[in-house]
Amino acid sequence: MKRRMSRGFTALASAAVLLGVAACGTDSGGGGDTSGGAPGQKGFTPPDVPMQQSIGTMEGQVNILAWPGYAEDGSNDKTVDWVTPFEQATGCQANVKYFGTSDEAVQLMKTGEYDVVSASGDATLRLIAAGDVAPVNTDLVKNYADESAFLKDQPFNSVNGQMYGIPHGWGANLLMYNTDEVSPAPTSWSAVFDDASAHKGKVTAYDSPIYIADAALYLMNTQPDLGIKDPYALDDDQLAAAVDLLKKQKENVSEYWSDYLKETQAFEKGDSVIGTTWQVIASLAQSDGAHVEAFLPDEGSTGWSDTWMISAKAKNPNCGYAWMDYIASPPAQAAVAEYFGEAPANPKACDLTSDKTFCDTYHATDAAYAAQIHYWTTPIEQCLDGRTDVKCTDYGDWTQAWTEIKG
Amino acid sequence: MLWLGVAYLAALAALLITSLWTQNDFTGNIERVWTLDNFHDLFTIPVYRTITFRTIVLAASVTVVDALLAFPMALFMAKVASPRWQRVLVIAVLMPLWASYLVKAYAWRGMFSSSGLVESVAAPFGLGTPGYGLTATAITLAYLWLPFMILPLYAGLERVPDSLFEASADLGAGSWTTLRRVVLPMVFPAFVAGSIFTFSLTLGDFIAVKIVGGTTQLLGNVVYDNQGAANNLPFACAVATVPIVVMVLYLAAARRTGALEQL
Repeated sequence: MKRRMSRGFTALASAAVLLGVAACGTDSGGGGDTSGGAPGQKGFTPPDVPMQQSIGTMEGQVNILAWPGYAEDGSNDKTVDWVTPFEQATGCQANVKYFGTSDEAVQLMKTGEYDVVSASGDATLRLIAAGDVAPVNTDLVKNYADESAFLKDQPFNSVNGQMYGIPHGWGANLLMYNTDEVSPAPTSWSAVFDDASAHKGKVTAYDSPIYIADAALYLMNTQPDLGIKDPYALDDDQLAAAVDLLKKQKENVSEYWSDYLKETQAFEKGDSVIGTTWQVIASLAQSDGAHVEAFLPDEGSTGWSDTWMISAKAKNPNCGYAWMDYIASPPAQAAVAEYFGEAPANPKACDLTSDKTFCDTYHATDAAYAAQIHYWTTPIEQCLDGRTDVKCTDYGDWTQAWTEIKG
Repeated sequence: MLWLGVAYLAALAALLITSLWTQNDFTGNIERVWTLDNFHDLFTIPVYRTITFRTIVLAASVTVVDALLAFPMALFMAKVASPRWQRVLVIAVLMPLWASYLVKAYAWRGMFSSSGLVESVAAPFGLGTPGYGLTATAITLAYLWLPFMILPLYAGLERVPDSLFEASADLGAGSWTTLRRVVLPMVFPAFVAGSIFTFSLTLGDFIAVKIVGGTTQLLGNVVYDNQGAANNLPFACAVATVPIVVMVLYLAAARRTGALEQL
């Protein structure tokens, strides 16, 4: 027994150590120590990375880093496959790696192993500033011209008028509520902030520092004195106000969610009755028979808009461009948007979806709806709303604040 | 042994060194500048003290609950059950370890739900589910780590010769006195051995608390959020040194009891 137990203990200790090595022993890879771009008049100046000027011969393969569900090759579901047609058309073998969070994507892109990445707005600027991605020559991507205009030249996918990627698709964070428990039907985010105590212990919220922007957006509408112009550009006082609001909200929160299946279950079981959500979660819960409704509140909302970007160190840039062009094409856009549950960036995809009302459900071509969405953007020191007299809080401050909110 | 030394010490050294670096908040690149800022933040920002305290209290409670639950079970297995039943019971105790940790944690999530099993069982007594939170986390972790407490206790109790029970009875001690004055002192090292597992496993847990913990966060979550979400490796490493220090102190204390030699 003595030997067995001590060996067990040794195994346990070494497992812990290996985890330690994996977590802390490695550095962040080839990203180097370049600092994040010198501050400029507007935003920041990205490192000088050359842009590709023409498409050469295909390399025969492409390494794709994507959100789960963005590059399906039929291995999860035989009927869901838009990667194989790409491989047949271009001769580029697609090697797909899925990532779970924006931060994981940032970390993996630093290795230089991947040619293209589907980055959300809270990752894009960090990739650009670190010099991990190259500007995109949109003339080489013929489907780019068909994409919705309101997704182009946005602060989260371009710098000083230069596009750094090809828009992929977008969605809004909605307010979902249980129609049996919550009446009258809410119209405003106040249902989860100032009036959250009506559903004490049944409120839910998104578990990420980026959720602070939701509170800031609410304050922007309810407390104009604070002077918030952009929920991603908060100075110290504005951040403190948002943190206070979220700390008050926490007293009524049942749990924070980051796994969409967890939230679906919480609404189906009645553990959560009101809180922020995505369209795909609402659809899932409704199809399981839960009495829930999701809508865009009066104040507008935060949301995500994803962009395909190409690595500054891409080994297969021509296949990378071929992929970016292909994934922006109407058939691929229709397939991926319908599978994932988001609005496609290319409105021509709307004619090809199997559910003809799909684009209406997701408001794909509704520029007014899209304008109400404040897309996830990485908060940086240089205020994104153009203020130059104060320093804004950056993502590191937000992360710190989020830990304090959860207490 | 050499391999272990290299893997163990080099990893710890890497962890410590990384914790002395800093990170560019925006690009996420590590900047190899020596600084104590991470530790300064760790000690001066009150929320980290709260989380550390909460984690240690949770680990201690889980350990105590497991010890109380495991002792009668281990005693029955070692001293009352027939040899045939002994084998069956050992397998029964080990059985939950065959199932995935996640499956068990999610099962508890279902049970603690407001329409779950705990609610319907407790309702006739005027009680309800504790809901997702620290209590639910403690119960779930106590369930998950129970076999790790039962097995060392069972092994320890098996080594107590039956003749000692008879001798104690012959000398006029009741069964309670025998338990308290003969058995407990002899199996104390086994308690300590089991507690090393339950305590250290709880100290590092961040998954169960995500599933049943509601809004609660533990040290593991802070490490995870800083490494996995904020991409701030240096600070994550600084936080990770806290459970290491706690465990070193715990093992040093355990060593003084002689429990490590008994393993």
